[in-house]
Amino acid sequence: MTLLEIRNVTRRFGSLEAVKDVSISIEAGEFFTLLGPSGCGKTTILRMIAGFDEPDEGEILLDGKSLAGVPPEKRPLHTVFQSYALFPHMTVAGNIAFPLEMTGKSALEIRRRVDETLALVHLEDKADSFPHELSGGQKQRVALARGLVNKPRLLLLDEPLGALDAKLRVEMQIELIALQREVGITFIFVTHSQQEALALSHRIAVMKDGRVEQCDEPDQLYTQPANRFVADFIGKINLLDVEVTASSKVLLSLRAAGLGEIAATDPRPIAVGERGVFALRPELIRVFGHREAADLKNRFEGVVRELLYLGDVTLYKIELANGALIEALMPNAAPGRAKFHEVGDAVGVCWRHDAGVYLRS
Amino acid sequence: MKKAQFWLWTASLATYAFLYIPLAVVVLFSFNDSVLNAEWVGFTTRWYVKLLHDDDMLHAAANSLLIALVSSSVSTVLGAMAGLAMHRYRPRWLPFLVLTPVAMPEILLGVSLLLFFRQVLDLSLGLFSILAAHITFSIGFVAVIVRARLAGMDESIFEAARDLGATPWATFHRVTLPLIMPALVAGFLMAFTLSIDDFVITFFVAGVGVNTLPLQIYSMIKVAVTPEVNAVSTLLMALTLTLILVASRFAPDVLKGRS
Repeated sequence: MTLLEIRNVTRRFGSLEAVKDVSISIEAGEFFTLLGPSGCGKTTILRMIAGFDEPDEGEILLDGKSLAGVPPEKRPLHTVFQSYALFPHMTVAGNIAFPLEMTGKSALEIRRRVDETLALVHLEDKADSFPHELSGGQKQRVALARGLVNKPRLLLLDEPLGALDAKLRVEMQIELIALQREVGITFIFVTHSQQEALALSHRIAVMKDGRVEQCDEPDQLYTQPANRFVADFIGKINLLDVEVTASSKVLLSLRAAGLGEIAATDPRPIAVGERGVFALRPELIRVFGHREAADLKNRFEGVVRELLYLGDVTLYKIELANGALIEALMPNAAPGRAKFHEVGDAVGVCWRHDAGVYLRS
Repeated sequence: MKKAQFWLWTASLATYAFLYIPLAVVVLFSFNDSVLNAEWVGFTTRWYVKLLHDDDMLHAAANSLLIALVSSSVSTVLGAMAGLAMHRYRPRWLPFLVLTPVAMPEILLGVSLLLFFRQVLDLSLGLFSILAAHITFSIGFVAVIVRARLAGMDESIFEAARDLGATPWATFHRVTLPLIMPALVAGFLMAFTLSIDDFVITFFVAGVGVNTLPLQIYSMIKVAVTPEVNAVSTLLMALTLTLILVASRFAPDVLKGRS
């Protein structure tokens, strides 16, 4: 069931088009993420959903009803702000009680719901503390509790983990997933961190310059990026400029200048002679020494120029015959593996014919 | 190094002596058992007792208190509105309009207000004109204090209140008002202090018949600096000092230069 529909929304600030003809529909119960670099329009969209801003064109519908002209306080949704925006003059319990008081709940009901929500975010012992007495992670939990206590239809989260240190951020990610599953409220999450988006979301809309570049499930975005920007923005990827030399039903033959033929797959009908980009994830490339056998089709010679030993894996930067540098990620725990390749080693690289993606440009 | 320090200390001590010795002398002589401010005769509180029986003085003090209370209350409300508007909408001209009376020489403000009341409005001078004048020069101080308080605050707090279901009015009285309350108290006390000891502007717009404490003191020293003047000055000083100290507790960021 569609809960929120953003229909052809455009928002301009002076001559700048911050959001350009964006259409997204979000299902009830979904953990949906707007992902993109700063200035891509994701926060503007969030502010328009919350009611702090109105679209210049298009409309936003909640449960099929337009939100145009509805002030923020009348929208059945809450926001968790990047800065948390806790009320400094109220205790934790006072902060969480605030939205309940605004809807005129009885004192008894408020007490019960505040206690319930404090338990949900494991802050029972902080009820009487003031925000300035809390750690970053605790403030984060209070902000979440305050957003959830009134059981909104939708919770908007504006980079809520941005201010936390790396370790805490991972913990909060796990908590957020569990929390969303527990309360069953639809989350719209805004972030510039692709790792965060991949880890948390059911679906992600990747944005750039006010447009949605691709809207899909995390694994689809990762394995089937729609274009160069998405491929490059999400995770590490090698991009090779290629020309299509042959195309059958699903098989594709691509030529990279100075390198040779690359075998790939693509279900779309693609014209011979078309130019595009071949995108290949580093972890799908195999690096092998000369004495090792590799009878795969996509097999090229190269020299290790740099390597980054990361413990569980090693990242190799390998220069191919045409001068292109590609990155390959190899696990260090492969059985029967005697030694790593060194800088300067002549190596071979190969990959399965269905490992990469051809992107039309 | 040592020598430089010595001179710095001397210079600062001399400065403070110059500032505070006259005030100390006034306080001291208000307890002097002599009609002359010449030599120390003995300790007495009779000048304070005499003050209590001086009808002119009591009347002037009552006027001053009334004017200070009303003008600081009104200018706190108006100044808070100006401070909020300057912070929220950031109009370029508003700070200029609000802060000019703060920077304007008092004598200029006094003359122009007098001309305005008499020539333009054809108002009879008195309590009302004094009130209007005091409100005029106090608004700017309150506005600055309120704006300084708001400037240090996370803007999304106010959006969060709306987002969580508070109407603009509920946001104001549940979030904005409690948060700017220290600034309002400090601004009120500042305005009160400015009003109760204002002489120059009051002198121009008071007209005849209405006396305030500073005007009364001035008219008394035209004859001679009596110990009674010392006594009333001491009381005024004590009141002002107390108010300033209380105000600085409420808005340390404004009055102590702390961030």
